[in-house]
Amino acid sequence: MNINATLFGQAITFAILIWFTMKFVWPPVVAALDERAKKIAEGLEAAERGKQDLAKAGVRSQEAMNEAKAQAAEIIAQSERRGQEIVQQARDEALVEAARVKAQAQAEVEQEVIRARETLRNRVADLAMAGAEKILRREINPQAHADLLTAIQAEL
Amino acid sequence: MTESAAPTSSEYIHHHLTNLVIGHGFWSIDLDTVVTSAVMGLIVFGFLASVARRATSGIPGRVQAALEIVLEMVQTQVRDTFHGDSGIVAPLALTIFVWVFTLNALDLLPVDLVPLIMGSVGIEHWKVVPTTDPNLTFAMSITVFFLMLFYNFKVKKFGGFMHEVLTVPFGAKMAPFNLLFRLIEDLAKPVSLALRLFGNMYAGEMVFILIALLPPYLQWALGAPWAIFHILIITLQAFIFMILTIIYLSMAHESH
Repeated sequence: MNINATLFGQAITFAILIWFTMKFVWPPVVAALDERAKKIAEGLEAAERGKQDLAKAGVRSQEAMNEAKAQAAEIIAQSERRGQEIVQQARDEALVEAARVKAQAQAEVEQEVIRARETLRNRVADLAMAGAEKILRREINPQAHADLLTAIQAEL
Repeated sequence: MTESAAPTSSEYIHHHLTNLVIGHGFWSIDLDTVVTSAVMGLIVFGFLASVARRATSGIPGRVQAALEIVLEMVQTQVRDTFHGDSGIVAPLALTIFVWVFTLNALDLLPVDLVPLIMGSVGIEHWKVVPTTDPNLTFAMSITVFFLMLFYNFKVKKFGGFMHEVLTVPFGAKMAPFNLLFRLIEDLAKPVSLALRLFGNMYAGEMVFILIALLPPYLQWALGAPWAIFHILIITLQAFIFMILTIIYLSMAHESH
């Protein structure tokens, strides 16, 4: 065992090896490691983002559903209101129509009554005249009682 | 420690390639190999365990990202190569890759650094790279070999395994030759696995030692390129050991 300058020679060699490793071996290795870490980080981030997006989409869809439900309820309420309006309107029109028809019928009936009463009066007058004629033909001179008969006829 | 005369080149080389041995003959132990590999294993896997315990499913830090990349690499290799279903293959492959890589990486330390530190506390020899010790590489490859045997028996049962050994590749009529081929094939696996790693790392270490024999002001000219090139080799050897282990275990799971 002896110590001599060989040691320096080996030290220089070792130093060059270390320098070479630092310069050409270590950087690509570290770059590969960092690249891997970065990829994993990106992957995790993307997954996280995806999860957030999913949550957001869930909220959005819930909102849209609520909105749709509200709209549907409103439409139903509106249509019910409209339906009631239509029914009311129809009922009003029907009432008016019924009243008109009734009035017309009443007028017609009254006219009929008047006409019937007129006819009836004429027929009664005729009957009275005929009856009176038959009674009086034997006893009364038609000419003598003509005034009276005319007066009776006018009274009826 | 006395300042003795400078050692000759062969003494220097020999010194650096000698293990710290305890005991004699076969029943001796290369203490430096055992201690270094165990300590490095504890450090690295303890570190990995602490990272794994603190691991987050969110954005990973750099350390966690690095571990994830290595894990994914191993898992991809296992998925592509291994078609059985066994819980042991992927963890085994990861362990082999990380451990072999760590032990190989010790080769990048200046060759005199650790022996110098150990020498200063009176330890004569300390071969710092455990994978330059065939005892360690064979220990690993023989472990893989026994796992191969275990899964051969477990998956194919005794009968199925024997049938495969005696009939592949030439058919039942050539059973002795099939058996012979199978023996050679299976024994070659652990031997080649161990010797490949050992040979590469031993040769690499030898080159570093030879470079250390140059004049100090010249060493960087060869040492730096070799060290830089060695970054590739240590990774490649760890990867090869891992992928061959996966392939061998996959073959043990598949019926021909």
